[in-house]
Amino acid sequence: MNWSNIVTVYRKELKDSLRDRRTLLSTIIIPTLVIPLLTLGLGKVMATIVTRAQEEIPTIAILGGADSPGVAAALRRAPKLRIVPAPADWRRAISDKQLRAAVELPAGFEAGLRAGAAPAVHVYHYSGELKSDLGARAVERFLTDLREQTVAQRLAERGLAPTLARPFEFARENVAPPEKVGGNLFGGIVPYLIIILCFSGAMYPAMDLTAGEKERGTMETLLCSPVARVDLVLGKFLMVLTGSLAAMACLLLSMGLTAAVGGTLLLSGGAGKAAAAAAGRTAAAGAMPMIDPLGLVGVLAMVLPVAVMFAAAAFTISLFAKSYKEAQSYLAPMMIVVIMPAVVGMLPGIDLNVRLALVPLLNVSLVCKEMLSGVWHWNYLALIFGSSCLYAAGALGLAVKMFQREDVMFRT
Amino acid sequence: MIEVHQLTKIFQDRKRGAIRAVDGVSFRAAPGRIYGLLGANGAGKTTTLRLLATLLRPTAGTATVAGFDVAREPEKVRAHVGFLAASTALYGRLTAREMITYFGALNGLAPAEIKARLRRIAAELDMDEFLDRRCDQFSTGMKQKTSIARTLIHDPAVMIFDEPTLGLDVMTARAIVRFVRECRDRGKTVIYSTHVMSEVEKLCDTVGVIHGGRLCAEGTVAELRAKHGEQDLEEVFVKIVGAEGSP
Repeated sequence: MNWSNIVTVYRKELKDSLRDRRTLLSTIIIPTLVIPLLTLGLGKVMATIVTRAQEEIPTIAILGGADSPGVAAALRRAPKLRIVPAPADWRRAISDKQLRAAVELPAGFEAGLRAGAAPAVHVYHYSGELKSDLGARAVERFLTDLREQTVAQRLAERGLAPTLARPFEFARENVAPPEKVGGNLFGGIVPYLIIILCFSGAMYPAMDLTAGEKERGTMETLLCSPVARVDLVLGKFLMVLTGSLAAMACLLLSMGLTAAVGGTLLLSGGAGKAAAAAAGRTAAAGAMPMIDPLGLVGVLAMVLPVAVMFAAAAFTISLFAKSYKEAQSYLAPMMIVVIMPAVVGMLPGIDLNVRLALVPLLNVSLVCKEMLSGVWHWNYLALIFGSSCLYAAGALGLAVKMFQREDVMFRT
Repeated sequence: MIEVHQLTKIFQDRKRGAIRAVDGVSFRAAPGRIYGLLGANGAGKTTTLRLLATLLRPTAGTATVAGFDVAREPEKVRAHVGFLAASTALYGRLTAREMITYFGALNGLAPAEIKARLRRIAAELDMDEFLDRRCDQFSTGMKQKTSIARTLIHDPAVMIFDEPTLGLDVMTARAIVRFVRECRDRGKTVIYSTHVMSEVEKLCDTVGVIHGGRLCAEGTVAELRAKHGEQDLEEVFVKIVGAEGSP
């Protein structure tokens, strides 16, 4: 192994890759834009949609209620409901979004209330349709208020204190610091994004430096040089690894900048409100759930051998292909193989154990989630880091072996 | 100097089984002379040259290039060989200067030496005008000049040309032929593979006719003509190959 040759090959590949638009797109541009697009872009759009839906006064139809004029009138007076005459086919009107919901007052509803019976009111809506759900919720709020008024009225008539029906109050208070909340909220998604971008960052340089070179005829030119094959592999592999790490660095940088610059913007939107609420604060208090910086450092350390493994695996697979297109057809399905364990790692209820600590990718996904939540299992960390290093070394060894095979390098 | 003795290369194919691409080939190429490998497509020319350039490992037999064994000292062999083929392309995103400098560095030359050699070669090949332009913007002629400069940067003792004029226009092909002659005149050992008879007549001091992976005949063009009683080299070739049977 000659480091001078490795560095020469690496520097050339770096220069070459920096001039390749596809590589720049996958290693720098997409990882930099994915977080702002997901949060500031998609998050903002979603928040706007939700806010608009919440601001809309839902159109509600009353079914029946001819013998309950008081309740019907109260419904019509309710400021957050727009009562319209019930169409004949009200179910279809709800499906067609002409009506958000319908409330059915049973026959003799008011008389039943006065007699102390418990008549059932039905609220009809289109489940899964946001505006219909919000309309049904508004009707339910009205009915809840009406029920509480009825209870209060009955207690007053009997000279009983209101606390008889509501003996105590309770309130929920958060004790978790923002970084722990952030860890629980983002603990799954951050390693997931890092793993995916690490792979996609390695994918394009790997294809370009192997199958792409074969297709363009430069591989044979390179093989004519007196440099040992192992030095060529390592120089090229380092470039693929650089692509993978660059994608990860851009993602983290963009994440930090998005949090810093877009925090206020986020907090004004629905997503921010939800996040802030989870943190136990109000949006007005201006608190953002944070990610523990130490946890993030831990994630980086754990992902490093994974990046090496990805770079070597993508390199080996692409090397086998005769053309860029063929390499793409091999590596694209690999993305699913990469995503699957990362998704499983995001699922709640899956806890790290010795067996899972040896499953590549899933182990990193699970341990990263724990680290970002402030949980440090040192024995698992050592086991996962060690096993990931072993897998990475195996993948790199395979890449070197493949590069020395004539039937792979001169495959026709 | 190149010395080849019973060189054999067998490829394993799942459908066709063992394929003897090069079958016991022996010849000798001397410094200051051009050895031509004449053969049809698929005759085994490229495989033979790839074995000599150590891009492939021989299954059997031996070969020494510039005194180094192709099987035992492949890196030393490559350090003394300039290999130019229709299939050896340029890095499109690099400039000609970057491309040549890169191969100079891969051959272990110091930056100052690369600079000096590049200046001289660029002047000889009239490359100054496009030296700092990217290779993917080049005409075929510019590409060939850059490829030649790439093979010459480490001043190899042995030059291997594998159908270097394939697909080139007349003017570019003539420039290549001139360059091959210059290599011979500088005392380099030259191997030139082709299936174009006129190139063999113009260039080669000795010709080896290869067919079905085997060297069927060897000699000067005049010797081959005399032996087979034909003046037209194409007829000579057909007689030699015909006598060997179809591959």
